[in-house]
Amino acid sequence: MALYSEKVMDHFRHPRNVGSIENADGVGEVGNAKCGDIMKMYLKIDDDVVTDVKFETFGCGSAIASSSMATEMIKGKPLNEVLQLTNKAVAEALDGLPVHKLHCSVLAEEAIKAAVQDYYNKK
Amino acid sequence: MIYADNAATTKMSRVAIDAMVNCMENIWGNPSSLYEFGQKAKEAITSAREKIAACINAEPNEIYFTSGGSESDNQAIISAAKVGAKKNKRHIISTAFEHHAVLHTLKKLEAEGFEIELLDVHENGVITPAQVENAIRKDTCLVTIMFANNEIGTIQPIAEIGAICRAKKVPFHTDAVQAAGHINIDVQKLNVDALSISAHKFHGAKGVGVLYARKNFQLTNIIEGGAQEKGKRAGTENVPAIVAMAAALDDACKNLDANNKKVLALREKLIDGLNKIPYSILNGDRKKRLPGNVNFCFEGIEGESLLLLLDDKNICASSGSACTSGSLDPSHVLLAIGRVHEVAHGSLRLSIDENNTEDDVEKIISAVAEVVEYLRNMSPLWKDKLNGKKNFILEA
Ligand SMILES: Cc1ncc(COP(=O)(O)O)c(C=O)c1O
Repeated sequence: MALYSEKVMDHFRHPRNVGSIENADGVGEVGNAKCGDIMKMYLKIDDDVVTDVKFETFGCGSAIASSSMATEMIKGKPLNEVLQLTNKAVAEALDGLPVHKLHCSVLAEEAIKAAVQDYYNKK
Repeated sequence: MIYADNAATTKMSRVAIDAMVNCMENIWGNPSSLYEFGQKAKEAITSAREKIAACINAEPNEIYFTSGGSESDNQAIISAAKVGAKKNKRHIISTAFEHHAVLHTLKKLEAEGFEIELLDVHENGVITPAQVENAIRKDTCLVTIMFANNEIGTIQPIAEIGAICRAKKVPFHTDAVQAAGHINIDVQKLNVDALSISAHKFHGAKGVGVLYARKNFQLTNIIEGGAQEKGKRAGTENVPAIVAMAAALDDACKNLDANNKKVLALREKLIDGLNKIPYSILNGDRKKRLPGNVNFCFEGIEGESLLLLLDDKNICASSGSACTSGSLDPSHVLLAIGRVHEVAHGSLRLSIDENNTEDDVEKIISAVAEVVEYLRNMSPLWKDKLNGKKNFILEA
């Protein structure tokens, strides 16, 4: 059995929405280098809808896959829905993560919430 | 596939497989049975014992067959501790970067009241004989120091340490799991009292190993039962694996110089190639290291994703990142040589052998360079370093 599901490997090998957004409306960064993973989310927001999202991640395969999946799940969504994204939903969308990797999906949820918070703070 | 993870395990050699299969087909009796067919298996073990003893310049009756490196380490350490405790000696000297088979055994002894002193291994991953000399006390019952480190490949001054221990009459054990079959081992010249070997690191089978114990090194059983191995290690012998181990070690020792010459040239090429990647560093002394070991840290990336992408390019390697160690901390070996967590997460171990080619090395160098650059380009940490928000830790 492989370490990760096909879905995880697909998002790891072909991450969606990698990169950054200049003059993003909200930016969130969580994690730290000491623990081995950092996630950064950039949001473009129009009329309280996420019109574009990009991510940068320093971390393991599941961290990269979780960030990629999370960006797909919030793109085009209104902020009230975006704020309801849970780490569980990210992990499920990836067809599951190994138990000791669940924190990667938590980071994805936290990074998005931090980016939305940043948007509200700036407003 | 390019296999560059020989420190994890090796492919069985032809001679070892042939010896093993022959044994399974023709010599499958129980060595403890008294009839001729059983005695044939006993003879096979005796001959294997002699062969292995000859490879390390020991006496055959100092060779004990075990289930591998972990068991040998456990038994050597626990045996010495038991003898020590009887004499009220409960101080054990080791190093901070031993294999867990040693470290966890020492931890258990610590909980039982032993005092464990782990020597600093310095940034180059090599201890000095003087450190051992200064650490030895009246109540020291064991010095256990690995011959070559399994992650960074650094070779310790075992003969010099052995001479000190001999002079001070302190038992000395070395975990030679990574050394056996790759560098010369002569237990007389090394002055060791006990030494651990594992067959699968030199093209033998998994789950079999040797504990060399000099005559005066009193063994305590880890496994109780029948009278095998002079009553020191119970259980019907794994005859095919033992015979294959002897064939593999004999083969490795006969070809040691030729293999080393080849592997060393490949290693140097590999190190030179990876050194060109900016903000990278070779872990462990460049000279005092196993011929096939290369271990690097690359700043700004994480090791597991590096391994997965190398796997996609059919390259098998390993890393000391937390995500690959299954714990929250990166490799204790890299931390012991002073790498900070952040850098240790970005480590890569490539362990090559005589079956690798120049072409393999060239492919590895370009694959690693490409993957490191790719991962750095998506790393917010790397970006912060590039634009000066965070400091680089390694040199450009
Ligand atoms: C230095 C060292 N000691 C001990 C061991 C354990 O050997 P085994 O896997 O045969 O139990 C290993 C292998 O991983 C090793 O590299």
